[in-house]
Amino acid sequence: MNLTLKIWRQKDANSEGQMVDYQISDVSDHMSFLEMMDVLNEQIINKGEQPVAFDHDCREGICGMCSMYINGEAHGPDRGVTTCQLHMRMFNDGDTITIEPWKAAAFPVVKDLVVDRSAFDRIQHAGGYISVNTSGNTQDANSIPIPKQDADTAMDAATCIGCGACVATCKNSSAMLFVGAKVSQYALLPQGQVEAADRVKNMVAQMDLEGFGNCTNTGACEVECPKGISLDNIARMNRELMKASI
Amino acid sequence: MALDSKVPQGPLKDKWTDYKNKINLVNPANKRHIDVIVVGTGLAGGSASATLAELGYNVKAFAYQDSPRRAHSIAAQGGINAAKNYQGDGDSTYRLFYDTVKGGDYRSREANVYRLAEVSANIIDQCVAQGVPFARDYGGLLDNRSFGGVLVSRTFYAKGQTGQQLLLGAYSAMNRQIARGKIEMFNRHEMLDVVVVDGKARGIIARNLVTGEIERHSAHAVVIASGGYGNVYFLSTNAMGSNVTAGWKVHKKGAYFANPCYTQIHPTCIPRSGDYQSKLTLMSESLRNDGRIWVPKHLKDVEAIKAGTLKPTQLKEEDRDYYLERRYPAFGNLVPRDVASRAAKERCDAGYGVNATGEAVYLDFAASFVRYGTEQAKIQGINNPSDAKIKELGQEIVRAKYGNLFQMYEKIVDENPYETPMMIYPAVHYTMGGVWVDYNLMTTIPGCYAIGEANFSDHGANRLGASALMQGLADGYFVLPYTIGDYLSDDIRTGKISTETPEFEAAEKEVKERIDFFINNKGTHSVDYYHKKLGKIMWDECGMSRNKAGLEKAIQEISDLRKDFWQNVNVPGTDTEYNEQLAKAGRVADFLELGELFAKDALVREESAGGHFREEHQTEDGEAKRLKEFQFVSAWEYKGEPKDAVLHKEALEYENIEVKERSYK
Repeated sequence: MNLTLKIWRQKDANSEGQMVDYQISDVSDHMSFLEMMDVLNEQIINKGEQPVAFDHDCREGICGMCSMYINGEAHGPDRGVTTCQLHMRMFNDGDTITIEPWKAAAFPVVKDLVVDRSAFDRIQHAGGYISVNTSGNTQDANSIPIPKQDADTAMDAATCIGCGACVATCKNSSAMLFVGAKVSQYALLPQGQVEAADRVKNMVAQMDLEGFGNCTNTGACEVECPKGISLDNIARMNRELMKASI
Repeated sequence: MALDSKVPQGPLKDKWTDYKNKINLVNPANKRHIDVIVVGTGLAGGSASATLAELGYNVKAFAYQDSPRRAHSIAAQGGINAAKNYQGDGDSTYRLFYDTVKGGDYRSREANVYRLAEVSANIIDQCVAQGVPFARDYGGLLDNRSFGGVLVSRTFYAKGQTGQQLLLGAYSAMNRQIARGKIEMFNRHEMLDVVVVDGKARGIIARNLVTGEIERHSAHAVVIASGGYGNVYFLSTNAMGSNVTAGWKVHKKGAYFANPCYTQIHPTCIPRSGDYQSKLTLMSESLRNDGRIWVPKHLKDVEAIKAGTLKPTQLKEEDRDYYLERRYPAFGNLVPRDVASRAAKERCDAGYGVNATGEAVYLDFAASFVRYGTEQAKIQGINNPSDAKIKELGQEIVRAKYGNLFQMYEKIVDENPYETPMMIYPAVHYTMGGVWVDYNLMTTIPGCYAIGEANFSDHGANRLGASALMQGLADGYFVLPYTIGDYLSDDIRTGKISTETPEFEAAEKEVKERIDFFINNKGTHSVDYYHKKLGKIMWDECGMSRNKAGLEKAIQEISDLRKDFWQNVNVPGTDTEYNEQLAKAGRVADFLELGELFAKDALVREESAGGHFREEHQTEDGEAKRLKEFQFVSAWEYKGEPKDAVLHKEALEYENIEVKERSYK
């Protein structure tokens, strides 16, 4: 198929950016979206121009590095996938595809489609851990049975890949799905109880400090999340915060 | 320099304990004055950074990704081994040790492997304490599954995302130390050289990938935890950015590089579809617990399937060749990876491949749907369930176990694996070779360590499933923190290492010259053009089977390609901005050297062992034929061009395990 691509180009954080049009032909259905971008970049390089910068690494939907806002949707039109797993079979010959970076005040653009998500790391530094030393002298792994239901729900929350699609898609640029997922993972496990109150307070405070917006229960984040992280996690985080505050 | 593995004396089971009792320690007040650099933040680097910082050292950690949480350990799916014997099925430290040495085709170092097996159980305890949500059974206790090459269930898992959960555990431990200021984290930074002062590793030269700035970082020790070099094949299951540069730079500064030809070609990956393909995707080995591998028994059925006139589900049982169950009745679908991969290649070479390229076999779950479904019907008290009901119940169980893998397959291939068997083919996945280290995990450069996949020590010629995560965390959490202390105890009076020295000056100059060359060369071909060409040579001549003529050809072709690269490579943009092509050019330049050494190592090793299969050396029924005279580690010393590399041999002694013909029949 032949496509028109409208891509956000921006030299660096301090420069103005703009949309630039590109034509690409002979795109196969079986290509992933990023393979299509590779082909485009090869063409751009061979013309002596600068290729489009975008983040990507594992290309199997788990590292959370890739981050494109495609036709107005985080990770594009498919559901339950990251940009690297999006395939060109989702598009038709003659389509115009608009490709932008994540847009949020807390995620400044580094270059073109690459953004700085270090705010997510800083929220984790504020409490995204259990304070246990890695001495190997902890108790036996089976000494505290954990109900399967709790372990499974904790796992569902822990599945978050930290890509930032929730922030990008939220009209308030809220990070509450991301933070809620981490808070929930620990809140559901006995190991997380000791520091539960401080954890939720500190992580939420850091989230606010980074300039993320608040949640107004639209639910777009849950729809666009490539890992299907549930809104329940936001509710659980709010409960934990209430519990910690009274 | 003669190789000294520094394996402690005494009985195998006491070596590590005795060693720990006798090493020198650094007192807590002195640790504050000692700096350690860790390159890479996967399971090995992340766990090492966190533990060293907890102990009190000042850690500087480097990752090329935008966050330590994205290192490629995150993509490991199936699980992590530990000799817990929770299933009461006869597991023990010795048995894990035995399975690992045998699985590695008797080409790993006994004492290292035993230590690995010994600390494995602690890893699980540690991870649970950190909040890693491993799978549990209804009683609330930890669940296990089986992996290839073993007869027990010792693999712990978190759905098909075990690597992700373990890495997030290590990342959380790092976060705690970053918050305390004990780890200084350098994201989007790449190590471009090691700095050796008075014979000791004392720092690195790194490049900020966002600004292009070249930085000097000093430390009392440098730890390389940068993973494997599978991307030398261009197409592999590694992440796009995975590279050998850190390991190769220390090699060029004096660290020997061991067994580069030992590569793992993983049997269950999604087959390639076209020339534009950028990477291959693994389907976890855990699927072989429940999936059966087959091709049609008759060529006419293969043709019909390819023509689209026959569906695999329509083929009768007696017309299917479950070739692993046929050839290896004892281990069946759970033979080790090298054996399973070669068997798939053998069938596809004989014309039985089931897709358009002729390079695919089936991985079929139909039997497990019936097995689980029947069991569920009993549990739920459903009398005389219909076939459809059984299938539905069985699919629910399979979905709970591998749901994310099935979804990933469907998104990539556009076929529903619940309804039609998966198609799979082997792909490059892991490299057992790496920087040579002694028992202390120190390279031949004093003060320079290599841990995790970046080193060579534990997996011999073939790694068993679910052992990579085990080794990464064992090295980082429980081994290196002891061994590095023994070395650093000599450095308590050294004080801060200055970066204003001729050694740092010279290393930085070299790095800058190379970058200037790339930017100013303005050649005719892109970096990927060379990477793809290199990958094709490697796959064709150094892939699942190798022979003398092919390897000689590969050496010549890679050498020619390297010359071409240094004349005609084209890197757009400047060196003072985010420039992925520039970063990649440096990585491919190093792959072009490693690739040749790889082929040379494969040529010299005139035997078959594990993942290294020399066509000249096979048994009558096509199995790998090891030779006693090759029972050694090949450690290569850098002398300029790869063709001039000098071979050093570390003899492998097996005192606690009988070296036998490896049989899975």
